[in-house]
Amino acid sequence: MSAVLKPKSKAIVCDGNEAAAWAVTLARVDMVAVYPITPQSSLVEYLAKFVADGKLNAEIIDVEGEHSVLSVLHGGTLAGARTYTGTCGPGLAFMFEPYLRTPGLRMPMVMSIVTRDTLTPQSVWGGHQDAMSVREVGWIQMYCETVQEVLDTTIMGYKVAEHRDVMLPVNVCHDGNYLSYGATRVELPSQEEVDAFLPPPATNWHAALDPDRPMAVDPLTGGAGGPGPSMFVRYRKGQCSGMQHALAAIEAAHEDWARIVGRRHAPLVESYRMEDAETALVTLGSMTGAGKDAVDEARDRGERVGLVKMKTYRPFPVQAIAKALSGVKAVGVVDRSVSFGWNCGPLYQDVIGALQFATKRPAAMSFIGGLAGADITTDHFGRVIERTQALAKDGQVGETVWLNEKD
Amino acid sequence: MYEIRIHGRGGQGAVLAGGILAKAMVHEGNFVVAVPSFGFERRGAPVASFLRMDSREIRQMTNIYRPDCVLCIDPTVGRAINVFEGMRDNGTWLQTTSKPLAELQVPDQVTTVGLCDAVTHALEIFKRPITNTLMLGAFAKTTGLVSLDSLRAALEDSDFRDAGLKQNLLALERGYNETVVHKIEKRVAA
Repeated sequence: MSAVLKPKSKAIVCDGNEAAAWAVTLARVDMVAVYPITPQSSLVEYLAKFVADGKLNAEIIDVEGEHSVLSVLHGGTLAGARTYTGTCGPGLAFMFEPYLRTPGLRMPMVMSIVTRDTLTPQSVWGGHQDAMSVREVGWIQMYCETVQEVLDTTIMGYKVAEHRDVMLPVNVCHDGNYLSYGATRVELPSQEEVDAFLPPPATNWHAALDPDRPMAVDPLTGGAGGPGPSMFVRYRKGQCSGMQHALAAIEAAHEDWARIVGRRHAPLVESYRMEDAETALVTLGSMTGAGKDAVDEARDRGERVGLVKMKTYRPFPVQAIAKALSGVKAVGVVDRSVSFGWNCGPLYQDVIGALQFATKRPAAMSFIGGLAGADITTDHFGRVIERTQALAKDGQVGETVWLNEKD
Repeated sequence: MYEIRIHGRGGQGAVLAGGILAKAMVHEGNFVVAVPSFGFERRGAPVASFLRMDSREIRQMTNIYRPDCVLCIDPTVGRAINVFEGMRDNGTWLQTTSKPLAELQVPDQVTTVGLCDAVTHALEIFKRPITNTLMLGAFAKTTGLVSLDSLRAALEDSDFRDAGLKQNLLALERGYNETVVHKIEKRVAA
């Protein structure tokens, strides 16, 4: 069988790309297809190395580009294999056509997006713009704060994707540069623990490559008249319903992980020092650590500041975020990407949409930082806190603040 | 929390040094975050790597702007950039150099200096000026924050094999033994 690992979890030092490769190994993935692209490259190099070392018992397929990466994995997934790949930026763009087909065919895959800012200007550095650009096409997206969370979430991703009420693909997003190459102490779970957590791969038999039951996969569906329109609606509604079921499946997977492996991560949103908070930050990804440290500094000064971290971004946990932010006076949402349509951050748009359901609706402002590898430090968060506190006082929502504009 | 900024030039292994040091520190039960700087990585260009160590979990995944320790694995990188930028008081400076302390300009914040002629030693050991593992030995000797044994274990756990591993283990020990540590009395504030 695959990984020959020690029976107990042990501390290793690795970066996020290696952590993802360990997760793929521990999840006993059957098939990976790879095409390297910065800052994902070392991830697929680790996969190749793990296969060569005999740690990962998977078929590795070295294809000519990302469009083929995903298309090859479609074949594998439809034939019942547990599959994996990772990409980012221009690679994700090149993969777009099969990427769109994956959730519609209800294929339970896991794919890392090692987030990278998009073209142009030409850039190879981190930013959430690539993952944000595909936020509305039906993949589940979870963002990681730490290297440990990359490892744990990639494994949990399979449990969510393969849940019978979900059957949808999962993107585990980890920040290019800061998490892809940032190395920390990581607790590596044992193979026994992961086996106890993760059942064997589940297949979506509704669309499958089965020699005993041949079928045309993804025939034309829709049009006006006949059974087409209603059938198309049925598929779409089913897909949306799978996304909504994912919220509970994500919570259940995190609960199982805590029970079996002993590590608890917040499944949808994490509230940090939000009790009695008047001002709240909302963060996504690896920036969160510096945000929490900035909140601690503000609390030490006697200021009532808290933080809400988004873990699950798609499906958007509307009720959870509305509940987490109900009662605060002002919210500062920090995005690592841009919504060109609104001149603000995309997470900001989602948060103010969800605040519609808050019992007491706070004012909210958009902050954008960390584009193309730029750092978001505790000093930057200090400025976010200061500006959001001013918003709490006067309720005057200002223009979007670009945090690295004068760095 | 203790913050270390490693300065070198592309190709010298500043990032690898950060990774080895991180492994050794975790081996001793610490928490560590090692983040490489990102730029146009190319041979010879100034590069940096950032390492935080603490007895509890570290949350900031960011670069380091206020280092306690500056570790220069290249003799001339200090001419290209200000390696002391943002350095904290009572700081530690480790430098690859063939010069004695008297010929170096030590900034006011620095109270401990570890000097090692790592280029000369590297040319002897590797026949190439690869100074990273030598300067890890220098770091252990100067700061006492990590043991030579843990660094050895981290090297043995790395991708180095056979002759390469042997050379690096030798370099580590040589760096430790051949580093001269200077304590500078804290200068009276003006």
